[in-house]
Amino acid sequence: MAIEFELNGESVSLDVDAAMPLLWAIRDVAGLTGTKYGCGKALCGSCTVHVDGQPMRSCVVPASVAEGAKVTTIEGLTEDGDHPVQVAWRELNVAQCGYCQSGQIMSAVALLERIPNPSDADIDEAMSGNICRCGTYTRIRKAIHRAAGEKS
Amino acid sequence: MSELRKISRREFMKRTGKAGGGLVFALTFATACQPDELTVGPAAKASSSVAPNVYVNIRNDGIVEIYCHRSEMGQGIRTSLPQVIADELEADWDKVEVIQAIGHEKYGDQNTDGSTSIRNHFDLLRNAGATARDMMIAAAATMWAVPADECVARGHAVHHEGSGKSASYGELVETADGMPQPESATFKAREDYRYIGKPMDTIDGLDFTTGRAMYGTDTVLPNMLYASIERCPAVGGTVTSFDDTAARAVTGVVDVIKMPEPTSPPVFNILGGVAVLASNTWSATEGRNALEIEWDRGANGEHESKAYREALVASASAPGTTALARGDADIDTHSQHEAVYYTPYLAQAPMEPPAAAAIVNDDGSCEVWASTQDPQTARATVAATLGIDKEQVTMNVTLLGGGFGRKSKPDFIAEAAWLARETGRPVMVAWSREDDIRHGYFHSVAAQYFRAGMDADGTTQSWLQRSSFPSISSTFAPGVTGPSDNELSLGALDAPWNVPNMRIETCDAEAHLRIGWLRSVCNVFHAFGACGFVDELAHVKGKDPKDHLLEIIGPARKIDPANDDAKYGNYGHELAKHPVDTGRLSAVAAKAADMAGWGRKLAEGHGLGIAAHRSFLSYVAVVAEVSVDEEGKLVVHELWLAIDAGTVVNPDRVHSQLEGAGIFGMSLAMHGELTTKNGAVVEGNFDSYPMIRMNESPAEIHTHIMESDAPPGGVGEPGVPPVAPAIVNAYFAASGKRIRELPLRNAGLT
Repeated sequence: MAIEFELNGESVSLDVDAAMPLLWAIRDVAGLTGTKYGCGKALCGSCTVHVDGQPMRSCVVPASVAEGAKVTTIEGLTEDGDHPVQVAWRELNVAQCGYCQSGQIMSAVALLERIPNPSDADIDEAMSGNICRCGTYTRIRKAIHRAAGEKS
Repeated sequence: MSELRKISRREFMKRTGKAGGGLVFALTFATACQPDELTVGPAAKASSSVAPNVYVNIRNDGIVEIYCHRSEMGQGIRTSLPQVIADELEADWDKVEVIQAIGHEKYGDQNTDGSTSIRNHFDLLRNAGATARDMMIAAAATMWAVPADECVARGHAVHHEGSGKSASYGELVETADGMPQPESATFKAREDYRYIGKPMDTIDGLDFTTGRAMYGTDTVLPNMLYASIERCPAVGGTVTSFDDTAARAVTGVVDVIKMPEPTSPPVFNILGGVAVLASNTWSATEGRNALEIEWDRGANGEHESKAYREALVASASAPGTTALARGDADIDTHSQHEAVYYTPYLAQAPMEPPAAAAIVNDDGSCEVWASTQDPQTARATVAATLGIDKEQVTMNVTLLGGGFGRKSKPDFIAEAAWLARETGRPVMVAWSREDDIRHGYFHSVAAQYFRAGMDADGTTQSWLQRSSFPSISSTFAPGVTGPSDNELSLGALDAPWNVPNMRIETCDAEAHLRIGWLRSVCNVFHAFGACGFVDELAHVKGKDPKDHLLEIIGPARKIDPANDDAKYGNYGHELAKHPVDTGRLSAVAAKAADMAGWGRKLAEGHGLGIAAHRSFLSYVAVVAEVSVDEEGKLVVHELWLAIDAGTVVNPDRVHSQLEGAGIFGMSLAMHGELTTKNGAVVEGNFDSYPMIRMNESPAEIHTHIMESDAPPGGVGEPGVPPVAPAIVNAYFAASGKRIRELPLRNAGLT
């Protein structure tokens, strides 16, 4: 079936099985590979995208959920990578292998939308669904605080 | 200033008697071949260029292309490797482009494993930059008809002091083209470094933060099929029969193919099973789930980790084969203390599971894009799998979404290549998380026995250590029944303890899974056992653990395990260049303790623990501060890590590796365990094989790099081994309870 939604500001119509997780519709069908697979069970957060502004684990969300919605992936967050979260990430050289960072950034952006000046506890609560095997957590925490400071 | 003389390939081979591993030198010095053109070749960007060696290509538009022949998996090598070359080349950082090299022997050793990228290649990279710089100088001297020694290279240009002439590197390309290689390369003095030792930003930072970074799993080829492979739950098992009717009925499924039978030993060969190929990942997965397969689980089909543990402990508790002997470890002493330590199987679990895409062309040649740590072995494995010459295989190296040793093994790449040939279409093989955790090359389960004898004043007089674990060698050779000297060289045979009587033994253990490297390898359990046991001795003797650690390490000295009849590998290096220096180990231990404020008054329920370990030619000490409450909630509040890695290229990447090592070490300390039933790994995803998350991460991980001008040691791995024992020792300090096995969640701690 064709599922129509707005992907990074553009209207798209994807011919996919309604049960196909949004992750694979985005990656294999729409061809945007910035959103990553890590577990397939909403356990690691690598696949985090925004659906109507809400962070969602696209590996378990059926593509049909996106029907008529606005979906934003890491590619659509900004044109030039200049969102305060992205900038803070680079200033602190957060990434090691980088693989989980799309999901980390999408979770962090959603957190700052909700809580402009998060505490460490807020960060723990919002970011604990995102696993980083390289172990960049302390820098992620600092980068979120930095981005919050720049935004406010 | 140091100097390296150019040697010819023939001379090199005559000296070393081999054309293998060390060939890099010969190639670097003796040849000047054009670097490979990747998807968009260098020629497309400029009208001409000159390549002084395989690592450098200077274009006439002024851009210096640096070929990174090592795989990027988070250690930052795509930044630090160019730092070294650009520094010696006197290139401007903003005029450097980094190109990932394909897998090819002309680059020398590309196996990105063993924390070797800097420690084994520092001089090679300096030479690549220095010879290129000298070539630019020679070109300028020719152009201006002046002696080369009157010219200097500085700021991406050559200058002639007398005439005031200057020429940028781009302007010198035409003259340099075809010129002979400089005879020798003079290295810059340390004080003249522009980039080496500086915290340069990660060159892939923009790509990492915008989703543009391309990993193996992101490869898209025209008309590509996505494969999902059901493999036998037990290693070496085979397909008895299968029914693919339902699988083929799944929308998007294109084909179902039985994979080649697995081999024994498994090596890097395809693991067997049944592949479902589809137009997208989801259809392939759904099709695979619909397969009905009857298995013959084979020789490992009854492997049970619970019973196996008892066998390992029994093996380690009885005399084994002596690997190191000093004095008489069985002498009578005033008192004795003994303990058994146990650590389970682990999976590397990189966030990007193994992934590769391949295409087999009409002429039988194969091109691959893969997340590989070892592109040359991957290339050879693909060639062997397809029965073609390796010259017919092009191995493109993508970014790796983590490696940790898993991506040193190219079995998944062989799968992609084989399926591409079978289907006649490009094929992506991207393992699921369950595939990754259940069908990996696992970090070895291990049991260790320790016994120490003390005299009346508490000085340790004897040390007996026995290791029993299935060997990595079993993955590659039949009939392997226990640990090898190479594995004992990873953190056992170089025991730094100042004990006059010592014996280290290996004890038998048969392998029933594919055993392979995981970050830090055997150092993980050797350090856990030894550093935990040393801490036990401190408490037995009533001494402060930090003071006792420094005491048992003893005076600064250089250890040669050969004196104790041990076959010690020293990570492939001469002890003369990289000694086992107990003074450096003590120094990092003292530093970490100092950073942590060792001896300060702690909050109720808190404890500090310390551990120190040398691995991969570097020295790391860790202090952990933990607390535990009545419900068994263990919190790691802060970690302090001090490293002596000799000369450091990019301190920011060293700090980040240590921070990451802290988390990696915590994951295996707190959560990491794989178990088996009927030969199959029980755990499958991050619910049953958990990782440390943000809410468990310490508030701070403090890291310190010791100032040193010693040759570079490893960085990616040495941070991990002392983390778990530091935590366990801190837990003892906080609770009075000794833990001798991992993970801590099995002791009721969360």
